[in-house]
Amino acid sequence: MTAYLLKRLAIAIATLILASMVVFAVLEILPGDPARLMLGLNASAEQVELLRNQMGLNAPLVLRYLHWVGGLLSLDFGRSYTYSVPVIDLVRERMAVSLPLALIALALSTIIAIPVGLYSASRRGRAGDTIAMGAAQLGVAVPNFWFALMLIYLFAVWLRLVPAGGFPGWGAGVWPALKSLLLPAVALALPQAAILARVARSALIEVLNEDYIRTARAKGLPYRAVLWRHALRNAMIPVLTILGLQFAFLLAGTIIIENVFYLPGLGRLVFQAITQRDLVVVESIVMLLVVAVIAVNLVVDVSYAIVDPRLRGRQ
Amino acid sequence: MSLLEIENLSLAIGGTPILKEVELSVAPGEVMGLVGESGSGKSMTALTIMQLLPHAARASGRVSFDGIDILAATEDQMCALRGDDIGMVFQEPMTALNPVKTIGEQIAEGIRWHTKASRAEAEDRARKMLDRVGLPEAKFPLSRYPHELSGGQRQRVVIAIACALKPKLLIADEPTTALDVVLQAQILDLLRGLVSENRMGLLLISHDLAVVTEMADRITILRHGEVMEAGDTARTLSEQLNPYTRQLALASMHVPARAKAHATGQGKPLLEVEGVTRDYSGRRTSLFQRPTPIRAVDDVSLSLAPGQSVALVGRSGCGKSTLARMILALDKSTSGTIRFRGETITGRSEAELKPARRDMQVVFQDPYGSFDPRQKVEKLVAEPLHVLEKKPTPAERREMVAHTLHEVGLGVSDMDKYPHEFSGGQRQRLSIARAIITRPKLVVADEPVSALDVSIRAQILDLFAELNQRLGIAYLFITHDLTVARAITDEVLVMHDGRIVERGKTSDVLDHPQSEAAKALVAAAPDLHRAIARRMQEQG
Repeated sequence: MTAYLLKRLAIAIATLILASMVVFAVLEILPGDPARLMLGLNASAEQVELLRNQMGLNAPLVLRYLHWVGGLLSLDFGRSYTYSVPVIDLVRERMAVSLPLALIALALSTIIAIPVGLYSASRRGRAGDTIAMGAAQLGVAVPNFWFALMLIYLFAVWLRLVPAGGFPGWGAGVWPALKSLLLPAVALALPQAAILARVARSALIEVLNEDYIRTARAKGLPYRAVLWRHALRNAMIPVLTILGLQFAFLLAGTIIIENVFYLPGLGRLVFQAITQRDLVVVESIVMLLVVAVIAVNLVVDVSYAIVDPRLRGRQ
Repeated sequence: MSLLEIENLSLAIGGTPILKEVELSVAPGEVMGLVGESGSGKSMTALTIMQLLPHAARASGRVSFDGIDILAATEDQMCALRGDDIGMVFQEPMTALNPVKTIGEQIAEGIRWHTKASRAEAEDRARKMLDRVGLPEAKFPLSRYPHELSGGQRQRVVIAIACALKPKLLIADEPTTALDVVLQAQILDLLRGLVSENRMGLLLISHDLAVVTEMADRITILRHGEVMEAGDTARTLSEQLNPYTRQLALASMHVPARAKAHATGQGKPLLEVEGVTRDYSGRRTSLFQRPTPIRAVDDVSLSLAPGQSVALVGRSGCGKSTLARMILALDKSTSGTIRFRGETITGRSEAELKPARRDMQVVFQDPYGSFDPRQKVEKLVAEPLHVLEKKPTPAERREMVAHTLHEVGLGVSDMDKYPHEFSGGQRQRLSIARAIITRPKLVVADEPVSALDVSIRAQILDLFAELNQRLGIAYLFITHDLTVARAITDEVLVMHDGRIVERGKTSDVLDHPQSEAAKALVAAAPDLHRAIARRMQEQG
């Protein structure tokens, strides 16, 4: 078990180092001198040179990379030139919106997908299965921003249950803040849930055809008990894989959804930073997202070992 | 008074008739053998008793167990019966256990479900049951997972699950077919013991007449869903009143007619294996220690003359398949040399191996798994032709495939069919066609008939014998089935724990085994003649 975990951890760290190199290199290759961008078109060459020196842009590439990584590790992400504040402050503020949003969406999609998958798999080929999978097909096909617009129309404009957008801040109380995250989370979660439900269904159907399911039935367990006790845990292995992969899409989805709902989250921050060429911010947020995705996949790897004893090795 | 009584049982799945008016009964403490070839409806009979049939199945007639009408029973009633009064053991032990649950959990689960016992009580009973089936606590604690056990050990766990609550009836569907003969004998012994301890009725399903004869008091022979003959085992099999019974008995003892063995030991050997060893890296026990390697093949030497037929026998896991893979240059030896037609093949590149590959081919055990289902027979059989020096034209290729199909007893029209259109036996003919199309000097056959029914097996053995005579192909037969070795080989090599422990003329070794390993194999091998004789003697 420890050997497996250490190996996974080593792979995660290696991936992280590689990803940081790629992120750094891509921004190096991008055309445009950040110093000139910051000073505007009218700045003189001396002014630009001075700033380049200040920002350390004239140092050798390797040194600059190490400096950047060192900054990341000590949570010093540099300064945003559009907001003129340390990036870390921006990120901290926006994370308070995006992180709960992503986690609620992830939880929602799992809570919806697993029961739907179980229902469909146990009624394979019957009307309930067809309807559920038809709905899932629709969920996969429809883009999440359209879902978002429909949700706003239904719950905010028509029923007036939740605000149509904006975020009151956690200072306004937990419930109002959660309320304004609810619709965006649902809009994010539905397409993910649709994919996950399909994966859960096919994984369960495959498992239900296994010999050990028959052994469990021959023990006298009713179908439902076999489904919950024997089939579900085995079917979790492919479901976990997809869950891990989906997290990256979930993060990408927040960029659109936060814009639709006018939420002050990381997604909107990165969107604005890109349009304003605030490269320091872009760099930091991309790196942050990379860390998040790798961390989630590490969690997935650990849960594999919890679900499947074959990965743990001999004690 | 019978425990299980099946009267006039007919079964159809989606309109296709599977069983026709089957009659069968099992008394307490009795072993009933249900024999038939694949597709005869044996397993469907078992699943009808368990009411675990596919959804589209419709059964009519009467099945009564201990006074309960099974066909009219509700699902709740059946759940109460299954695992409590009726236990079932399946064919494939490798997949019959849930891989993510410990064996203790899996045995205790049924006990807790039926008796409402506490976890501790159920685990205590599970422990006792594991001891009974021969898995003592010291080596097999309840916390073991299925993947940590071998096939034979897993089958013992499955039996422990089925018998944990001392069922009145145990249904065993081909319980030993996937196991080697020594394990088979042990498992049959265990079943016999459980029957006599608890006066349990046993419905033993098998395609192997010899196994059933050794075990069963009475026998029912099934063909195409109909009962051909039923009655006392010894009498049924000695009198053989029904022509199908006779056919089955003959087929299971079939020895192909072979002219005198080919020139053995004369001239230059075709294949020479010298001091070959194969190590696999073992499991790492600590991060800082080199894992100790596992030696699968240990210093093996052998030689094979052109046209000679040699059997490599041994229990599962003895290293015989690894050795075969190295001879076929599909695996690299750790040390030692293999020479084929005088040329060294160990340590050669794929390009240098091409001429050798032309002259050696392989036939695998599973005729279902060894063909790509989306390709036509012509392409499948012609596959090895790419090793020929000169690439045949499409017309030549078709001609060669047609000729080869004819040689293995298939028609030219079969060329444009897909594998699923053939039966198991025909598919094994296809694998043989694929193996002989390049006119090889050596064919390595890895358990080539163990997945086939007895009558088909007899035909395939005949085909092997005929091709050996006609084309002078040398065979290396890898098998744990001594009847196959006896039927078709001149010499036998007995392998145990990676070493060859005994070698000699097939009849000598099998009649007078010297080594412990060979003795164990011979003693465990079921033999129809012997089994019938013993039964007759017992009954006087």
